[in-house]
Amino acid sequence: MLSRIAESLFWIGRYVERAEDTARILEVQTQLMVEDPTVDIATTCDGVLAIMGVPVDPGEVVGTRELLQRLAYDPDSPASIHATLRAAREVARRARETLSTSMWEAVNTTWRAIPSGRFDAMAPPTAFAWVRDRAALINGTADATMLRDEGWQFLVLGRSIERADMTARLVAAASLSTSSAWTTSLRACGGYESFLRTYRGLETDRVAAEFLVLDRLFPRSVVFALTRAEQCLENLDASGQRSWSTARWPTCSPTCRTRWSDCSAPARRRPRQ
Amino acid sequence: MNELFEAYDARGPAYDEMFAGTDPREHYARLLDTMGSLSHAELAGRVESLQSGYLDQGVTFDIGGEERAFPIDIVPRVIGQEQWAVIDRGVQQRVQALERFLADIYGAGEAFTDGVIPRRVVTTSSHYCREAFGIEPPNGVRVQVSGTDLVRDGEGRFRVLEDNVRVPSGVSYVMTNRRAISTALPEAFAKHRVRTVSSYPQRLLAALRAAAPAGVDDPNVVVLTPGAFNGAYFEHALLARTMGVELVEGRDLVCRRGRVLMRTTNGLEQVHVIYRRVDDEFLDPVHFLADSLLGCPGLVNAARAGNVTIANAIGNGVADDKLVYTYLPDLIRYYLSEEPVLDNVDTWRLGEPKHRDEVMDRLDELVLKPVDGSGGKGIVIGPAASAKELDELRRQVLLDPRSWIAQPVVQLSTVPTYIDGTIAPRHVDLRPFAVNDGHKVWVLPGGLTRVALPEGELIVNSSRGGGSKDTWVLAGPGAAPQRREPAASGPHEIAPLDSGPVGDDRSTQAEQQQQSRTRDADPC
Repeated sequence: MLSRIAESLFWIGRYVERAEDTARILEVQTQLMVEDPTVDIATTCDGVLAIMGVPVDPGEVVGTRELLQRLAYDPDSPASIHATLRAAREVARRARETLSTSMWEAVNTTWRAIPSGRFDAMAPPTAFAWVRDRAALINGTADATMLRDEGWQFLVLGRSIERADMTARLVAAASLSTSSAWTTSLRACGGYESFLRTYRGLETDRVAAEFLVLDRLFPRSVVFALTRAEQCLENLDASGQRSWSTARWPTCSPTCRTRWSDCSAPARRRPRQ
Repeated sequence: MNELFEAYDARGPAYDEMFAGTDPREHYARLLDTMGSLSHAELAGRVESLQSGYLDQGVTFDIGGEERAFPIDIVPRVIGQEQWAVIDRGVQQRVQALERFLADIYGAGEAFTDGVIPRRVVTTSSHYCREAFGIEPPNGVRVQVSGTDLVRDGEGRFRVLEDNVRVPSGVSYVMTNRRAISTALPEAFAKHRVRTVSSYPQRLLAALRAAAPAGVDDPNVVVLTPGAFNGAYFEHALLARTMGVELVEGRDLVCRRGRVLMRTTNGLEQVHVIYRRVDDEFLDPVHFLADSLLGCPGLVNAARAGNVTIANAIGNGVADDKLVYTYLPDLIRYYLSEEPVLDNVDTWRLGEPKHRDEVMDRLDELVLKPVDGSGGKGIVIGPAASAKELDELRRQVLLDPRSWIAQPVVQLSTVPTYIDGTIAPRHVDLRPFAVNDGHKVWVLPGGLTRVALPEGELIVNSSRGGGSKDTWVLAGPGAAPQRREPAASGPHEIAPLDSGPVGDDRSTQAEQQQQSRTRDADPC
């Protein structure tokens, strides 16, 4: 596979995931600002923008509208969903001959909703749900149609790295405000029910954060995403040979669910138990 | 006559392909029948879904940096079996003659010594390329792919307007148009026996593999594109995808010790055949434009060393030169000892004083073309030009007469075309594509029909707002053959689908019990 194509696939994974997670973060925050009367809107918006790495001019007062503009609709703001989906489509176009037709069409039709004005016309909650749906469609199509070769590994690698990054930002954003942010964050990740089942209804801020960051089995947690990324790297490293031995696969210890220290570098190399 | 075609007026000066006066021509009768049964609204709906389908699939091209859906017209163009046989023979003949011509001028130059074509005509061509000397194509093929532009004159005869043996584009639209139209007009498509166009990528790949350097059994073929911003990028990607080969850009390639290698995730891999979609001048900064980023330094030397084949060959442009074009009938007779099957359009060479004298005072009746232009660039249509434009043209021609030819205005044939809810005649041309694998020149039965959408317009290039049509080459008279019932050869006993818990007896029983119990408990 051409190195340039590998890079493109890596970035398709990242951009699609970024658009999806940005939508999730915005969903949490906008809902909070509506529901919780104690939230100071300007501070929250400032905080969210800072966490997403969007510069705010000193002295500028940012409201919900500006927040949505910068992170969703503004084509000139590099962090916006608009710009991210455009970028995803642009890299997909350059790797077009290696993508399956259905994969390309999934990316292309997603982008087409933006210049046609459909995306801008949606109410924010609908728009966020739409972005999640489209990302699921793209990821699902990739899963169903892509050869499990290096290209796939690069795609998943990009997606996993971005997911670890964005979940960390989601957690950072949630910690800005009051306790109800955690429930909403879990909901936005689609992990609220599994969280309740895992902790048998024990709902505290600490375990919620732990679930989002450290849970070994929750697919959107930081640790899960990092493990997945590492797996991809190992597979890429081994892709010279077509066969792989189970000893090469990194495993976390079963106690990983609660203790981060078990996941640190030396322990990772331990064989599967 | 049915509703859709009621207002259709085929009595213009041009040859109409569907109607002879008011009667439909034989090979269009079925199409007229089936399309006639559609209502206006139905047709409009299908046109709409055609365009949005192309946008969704990304079948686009760029004009000045803006990406647009490739315009496709819903009414296909039908070409009968006999007409196609002429085209097929004519194009094969032309490609063979051009192959011989290119081998000759970049070799012994016998045509010059025998006085068939003056040496200066070739050596003054802007695409004549001294760097091409000494690069011997391994299987003798320089024109792996060609696209010959044909038009039909007032009598309906096909004539050659120009040859394209550098990097002819448009073949991808032949394939996508076919898919789109067969979906949009399934009734009409089923009623015809249309020859398939989908084998093109395999033919092309076979020709490229056949052109591999000697001794390479399993050549690594790549498509070289200028990049995603090129107008024809869609086509490059489609060809690479359907051939199953890599699509590379100049920066993916590197030349080492006379070999061409590409950067992959497993290190450098050697490339044997490059189907390049980059023009000569950009191909190799060592020999051509030194600031080109689209090519790869060292490519020409690798080709000369016989380690890589560049298809189409460097220096082919001289055969596209419109001045060389005027000698083609003579060249066909000279090399092949045959009469040309397809005639040229009558042409005056303005570089020759006698021709120039005939032409200069009647520029307003003629079409003037620069000899090295493509894509309709620089063409002046006399009857449509203002006096000022003609004066400017005259000045330019006198400044450099070698660069110009003049032709009478050919009234390109017309074909019914969907325009704003009605069907009206519009002018078309035809570009059949031919693939040469060294044994046979294969002509793709189809070709790209380009249509000029404004009324009366004669320039059909898509860069000038032209559209396209699906081109149906009929395999024979009659409708598509009925599909036969498949012979029973599969396994006789097939396991039924597992129905899961939903269709399970026990769960149905439990459900019934639950329901009846609630009924019992109901006090009413």
